[in-house]
Amino acid sequence: MDFSNFLYMGQEIGLLILFVILFLYDTFCTANGRKYFQTIAVSGFAVLTLYGFLPQICNQSFLVGEVFGGMYVSSDMTILMKNILNMATLIVFLQSRQWLQTGETLHRQGEFYTITLSTLLGMYLMVSAGNFMMLYVGMETASLPLACLTAFNKYKEQSAEAGVKYILISALSSGVMLFGLSFLYGGLGSMYFADMAAGMQLSTLTVLGFVFFLGGLGFKLSLVPFHLWTADVYEGAPTSVTAYLSVVSKGAAAFALLFVLYQVFGKVLGVWEPILWWLAAITITLGNLFAIRQTDIKRFFAFSSISQAGYIILGIISASDQGMAALVFYVLVYLFSNLAAFGVIAAVEQQSNGDTRIAAFNGLYKSNPKLATVMTLAVFSLGGIPIFAGFFSKLYIFFSLGAQGQWILFFIAALNTVISLFYYLLIVKAMWFQESAENVSSFKTDTSNRISLVLCTAGIIAVGLMSFIYEYIQTISFGV
Amino acid sequence: MNILSLFVLVPILMMIALFFSRDMKTIRTVMVAGASILVILATALTVMFFQERAVSDAEMLFVSSFKWYPSLNISYTVGVDGISVAMLCLSAIIVFTGVFSSWNMPMPKEFFLWYCLLSVGVFGFFISIDLFTMFMFYEVALIPMYLLIGLWGTGRKEYSAMKLTLMLMGGSAFLMVGIVGIYYASGHETMNLIEIAQRHIPIEFQRWLFPITFLGFGVLGALFPFHTWSPDGHASAPTAVSMLHAGVLMKLGGYGCFRVAMYLMPEAAHELGWIFLILTGISVVYGAFSAVVQTDLKYINAYSSVSHCGLVLFALLMMNRTAMTGAIMQMLSHGLMTALFFALIGLIYGRTHTRDIREMGGLMKIMPFAAVCYVIAGLASLGLPGLSGFVAEMTIFVGAFQNTGVFYTAFTVVACCSIVITAVYILRTVGKILYGPIQDKHHIGLPDAAWYEKVSVVVLIIGIAFLGMYPSGASNLIYDSLTPIISKLALL
Repeated sequence: MDFSNFLYMGQEIGLLILFVILFLYDTFCTANGRKYFQTIAVSGFAVLTLYGFLPQICNQSFLVGEVFGGMYVSSDMTILMKNILNMATLIVFLQSRQWLQTGETLHRQGEFYTITLSTLLGMYLMVSAGNFMMLYVGMETASLPLACLTAFNKYKEQSAEAGVKYILISALSSGVMLFGLSFLYGGLGSMYFADMAAGMQLSTLTVLGFVFFLGGLGFKLSLVPFHLWTADVYEGAPTSVTAYLSVVSKGAAAFALLFVLYQVFGKVLGVWEPILWWLAAITITLGNLFAIRQTDIKRFFAFSSISQAGYIILGIISASDQGMAALVFYVLVYLFSNLAAFGVIAAVEQQSNGDTRIAAFNGLYKSNPKLATVMTLAVFSLGGIPIFAGFFSKLYIFFSLGAQGQWILFFIAALNTVISLFYYLLIVKAMWFQESAENVSSFKTDTSNRISLVLCTAGIIAVGLMSFIYEYIQTISFGV
Repeated sequence: MNILSLFVLVPILMMIALFFSRDMKTIRTVMVAGASILVILATALTVMFFQERAVSDAEMLFVSSFKWYPSLNISYTVGVDGISVAMLCLSAIIVFTGVFSSWNMPMPKEFFLWYCLLSVGVFGFFISIDLFTMFMFYEVALIPMYLLIGLWGTGRKEYSAMKLTLMLMGGSAFLMVGIVGIYYASGHETMNLIEIAQRHIPIEFQRWLFPITFLGFGVLGALFPFHTWSPDGHASAPTAVSMLHAGVLMKLGGYGCFRVAMYLMPEAAHELGWIFLILTGISVVYGAFSAVVQTDLKYINAYSSVSHCGLVLFALLMMNRTAMTGAIMQMLSHGLMTALFFALIGLIYGRTHTRDIREMGGLMKIMPFAAVCYVIAGLASLGLPGLSGFVAEMTIFVGAFQNTGVFYTAFTVVACCSIVITAVYILRTVGKILYGPIQDKHHIGLPDAAWYEKVSVVVLIIGIAFLGMYPSGASNLIYDSLTPIISKLALL
């Protein structure tokens, strides 16, 4: 038997090896050796991230292929998506160092890295799935450890509460999704994407199955009306975990949804397009409106990320290669912008002893101009201000909508950018205009967090201006 | 390198230099040097433009293009016709004088960094002939306003900054739909304005694309009823920002209406122009009347800007060559004039610490230089022959009366009334604050304009006088450039 095609799973295997190494090191290392844990974890993961770029650098496709008779599919697109997830995770790792090295989490930092890696493995499988069972297994692998991460600060009530909420919601959504999958299997007689697409026929059973499936994934993506857990979990979870949830977990769910809708349900566009149309319109609008009222910065970014998920959905609605390219590009840009914001939040939170009110940002420009500038760039990018990457990504999503003639949805989304700008500017206002109540002295950020912020800032500025990134994504995209 | 790209590059270089500047002296040197280079560039461009125009009859000159996003046909394309050259000259002058008017700013480094970013947007907008880059620069010009007003402004600055930013961004949301719409309606092959103009946008698309595009730009051009950001914004902004905003940024609106909305969608412009004509008619008269009842100098001038910028859109919608020439002249004239006003108001406010006209009087005795300049600005505003306002408004109304039909004539008559109302509020203000007895004893002995303020004011007055005495200089530049749009509008 030839095992060489297992090598198509190179990224998963690499991740698994890193996981095992870190796990063993964490178990057997001395207290002195634990000091180097973060360095080893981050550098190991950086190597893995670079490995993902290898096919492009060498211009070879040794990772492209199918394994297990089509259960697992790897293509240029999935490699790119995994690279995006990798970059985000790497940045989260860099940002988490300061938090992990304080107090009760110090001796458990190994757990953080290993659990995160196992969720990432699940997300890899979600992205690469060629079969609904694989997708489901991937989603479960990603969800359960995430609940552990959410409750990582287990002696903090909020964090524990967030963990419970998250696990209940993910169990529920998995159940709903599995229910839908059973309908689909009943209706179409297969779990393989390709077979289902070939035998796709509309019946009440398949439509119902699709709706349940969408509901299940909608929880992961926190689309309105499946968003109710988001704010509480984001607020309670440790900041680095929130960052991970809002970018990596959401990105993986968006990619999985994209593939399923394009590959399996491509022919029945008429069924899911109106559903997603309404979901997107409501998600963007409600996310924005609720964000305005928030006073806690993490809740604030929870609603902001709900609304951003709505924009991500817009790329799916376009149902074209342009839409796919716009979506992937959007997630790439969103990664840098949102993680920049969370990096700043993590730094400020450490300084203000866990105060995450927006008021904690008052006068940040006086006490730490660099952090304030990064945050300003981040929210400008999220709000879609040129020359930052967010402007380009939003506009390309709009272009893909325009190409399909979805002018009304386009209009709703465009007007929503103004609302979002309003609340993003509230943060700018707090940092630049308002005076801090207590006299915050200037402070320095942790070095590894600083590296992450430099990476994010470079991403925010460069990704939009360097057109070859989008052009590359466009070449490997495909439509319905 | 293309001379046009230098207009964007110079402010960017200024920003980099500012970033490394440590003390006030370096910052001032950087700003004065950079702004002077911009003025020199603008002058050089004008000379080169006339030379090139003599040998070439292309619609746009100095065109250069760089493919940016090939799959979406987005490219960075620059090129100018006479109108853009005129606008670039105006912008360079205002940016230059603005530097001198903000000589003693707190937090100068940050202020000038945002100020330079603002000018990147303004210059970039006028040189672009690609819809995407044009829109991009348009937004680049908007966002620094928030911080400039919020941090360095006066009065209800946070409210005004937010109001201004959101209203203008609302306009740009409309534009975003409009621009993507134009791209797809014209066959999604190009984003280049000139090439789109040669294609035909189907009328059913024009019917909704024209209003949203015109409205999107119109918000920045203070089109009634979307003008409300303007008085608050201008009143709260620091001097140089008011100058740049009223002087140049509001012209982006008029320029965009004409270059994008009307040029690309002439059928809809004919069909729906009347709606906007009514709105601009209201802008003109309402702005003037509102100015009459204000007591804050900046509010008076801001409402007067609403009225004058309304006149620009009004003239554009008359859609004949004379009126449109007048519209562009009015943009130049109003830009210089309003910048002069704001520079002087800033100067007076910096000394008296009040802008309320009821608390001032007899300033002619206290600061004669500033007062005389204020009178000149006022006279230009109410259209005294020999100064720029007269030339511009005269051309506009001559052009407007060329349109036959009761509707046009009636609106022209209404708009003409604004001249009289302008005279009322200008003379009232001038009489109240400059002449008469000294109201406040503390004002006695206040110093007259300092040398840097004089530079700023004198340069602007020279500009106004030049435009007034030698209008054919500007109209030569403008007249021929209007041919493509006039011929497109006349085709129908």
